[in-house]
Amino acid sequence: MTSLLVSETTKKKKSGTVDVESITQEEKMTTIVKTTYEANPAYDKRRQVSQTVFFNLFRGAAAVNGIALLVIIYFMVANGWRAISWEFLTQPPMECMTKGGILPCIVGTFCLSFGAIIVALPIGIASAIYLNEYALPGKMVRLIQLGINNLAGVPSVVFGLFGLAFFVVILDMGVSIAAGALTLGAMSLPVIIGATEEALKSVPDTYREASLGLGATKWQTIWRVVLPSAMPGILTGAILGISRAAGETAPIMFTGAVFFTPKLPTSIFNEVMALPYHIYVLATAGTEIEKTRHLQYGTAIVLIGMVLGMNLLAILWRARLRKRLR
Amino acid sequence: MANRRQTTEKSMQAMFFIIATASITILFLIMLFLFKEGLPIFKTVSVKDFIFGKYWYPTSDPADFGIFPLIVASVAVTSVSGMISIPLGVMTAVYLSEIARPRVGEIVKPVVELLAALPSVVIGFFGMVLVAPFLQRVFGIPTGLNLFNASLMLAFMSIPTICSISEDAIHSVPVALREASVALGATQLQTIARVVVPASLSGISTAVILGLSRAVGETMVVLMVAGGAAMLPESIFDPVRPMPASIAAEMAEAPVGGEHYHALFATGIVLFVFTLIFNIVADYIAHRYTQVGEASL
Repeated sequence: MTSLLVSETTKKKKSGTVDVESITQEEKMTTIVKTTYEANPAYDKRRQVSQTVFFNLFRGAAAVNGIALLVIIYFMVANGWRAISWEFLTQPPMECMTKGGILPCIVGTFCLSFGAIIVALPIGIASAIYLNEYALPGKMVRLIQLGINNLAGVPSVVFGLFGLAFFVVILDMGVSIAAGALTLGAMSLPVIIGATEEALKSVPDTYREASLGLGATKWQTIWRVVLPSAMPGILTGAILGISRAAGETAPIMFTGAVFFTPKLPTSIFNEVMALPYHIYVLATAGTEIEKTRHLQYGTAIVLIGMVLGMNLLAILWRARLRKRLR
Repeated sequence: MANRRQTTEKSMQAMFFIIATASITILFLIMLFLFKEGLPIFKTVSVKDFIFGKYWYPTSDPADFGIFPLIVASVAVTSVSGMISIPLGVMTAVYLSEIARPRVGEIVKPVVELLAALPSVVIGFFGMVLVAPFLQRVFGIPTGLNLFNASLMLAFMSIPTICSISEDAIHSVPVALREASVALGATQLQTIARVVVPASLSGISTAVILGLSRAVGETMVVLMVAGGAAMLPESIFDPVRPMPASIAAEMAEAPVGGEHYHALFATGIVLFVFTLIFNIVADYIAHRYTQVGEASL
């Protein structure tokens, strides 16, 4: 507030119309009020108009997001719903992937994303517990948080390179579910940690104090009191993590997914097909790109359905949780 | 009894600490392997020729490993997408936290989150089969798979990041500041423009940097939509080949341990350094200019 006044007065000083030092604080206030209201009705009108214009601009910007989402989903569904059938969901691809279904891709994506979450969930929860319950603010915590933030920012294709060099080549897993799931797990770790931290923070401190006051140790408090109350929030995070892992393509291109394999996986060291990679392959490198268009749309719908379904579930669940907390 | 409990307690804490360092360990391993597999290329090409070389012909004989066109492509795609995503993202954030009624906000917010959840391959596919032919028709250009199309698709991938982080920042501006401004006779728009946005500028900057960092690293969209020509672009309707696209497209055919393989890892190093700088700057701004009540203004 003072800065506003000062800037106003310095302006006047520069223009030299008013001797600022000679007027009292009260007079300064009235001058400003006069200039904005009574003295200048045209200004008042102008700023009302600009407010209306800008607010509509802001509304428009927000609407663009909704329109983009609707347009994408509409075109996918409109072009692809005919491809969806029971056979499409339950058969393997046939005749050089120009006919048949996408069962191996669905199974593959399922294995990869659940594998990723099995890896990332325990590590993520434990990291968040350390950061939120044990750690005292200091250099170490700052360093860990910097690590997590930077891990979240690593490009997905770099995760792919890392998975290729480490899991596939050095650990000799080959292109397999294990290598793909570990790569995806490393990638979804920051998501899980973030969601768990938020869930832990929403547990009121009185719960912890009550438990400690009854003589429980810190670990007993965490295990019996904090974690159970935070569990729904953590599970929401897990769902978001799975959906993110299911939609990623670049990290599994070199580590878990292959162009084509008719067999369903029998061990975690098998290679698999995956929905996102299948879309990419059909759309860019398939034998007959135009002829398989309906398959591409169909696969995209299945993937969107899976991912958005999981997200919607998580969003609704979280909204219910927040309401209950209030 | 008490003693055993204390030992358990201590070991538990130690265990959690070790697990918590997993993120740093993974980050470290990523760097280690990028450098281990990427540095050998500099035995054949000098660092200067690699970064500023204008020709990327990794499979011809003798091969040319100059990633300058790829770097330019990444920078161009990211800047153009930023011109679209920054205004849209920040304006949506302002709308959500300052203008929208709570009930409308409850609908718009999930929409933004769902936009973020769309798999990148789906957005790439959309850009390829629907936006590209559309652009080709409207602008009468030889190919719809180009810099502009890729930027447009990338913008919609970074809007959710920019929007949600900006919104948090704007939301955390104390109500007292808004009340003071309105009490002085300012309109709501003046309050937003001169009080709320300046007060949350550090958070908004963080959001913008993280959004751009996401656009630099995004792979599938640029792989499918950018056109794939490793040339310096002359207009925004030229096809380009950003770094992630190059890595993803060529890794499958590059034999493990060969020169091409090492060159792709070295491209990965450059990409990684780009995003690392973005993230560290974002982190620095967020912590340096943390806003604590009115006093920090």
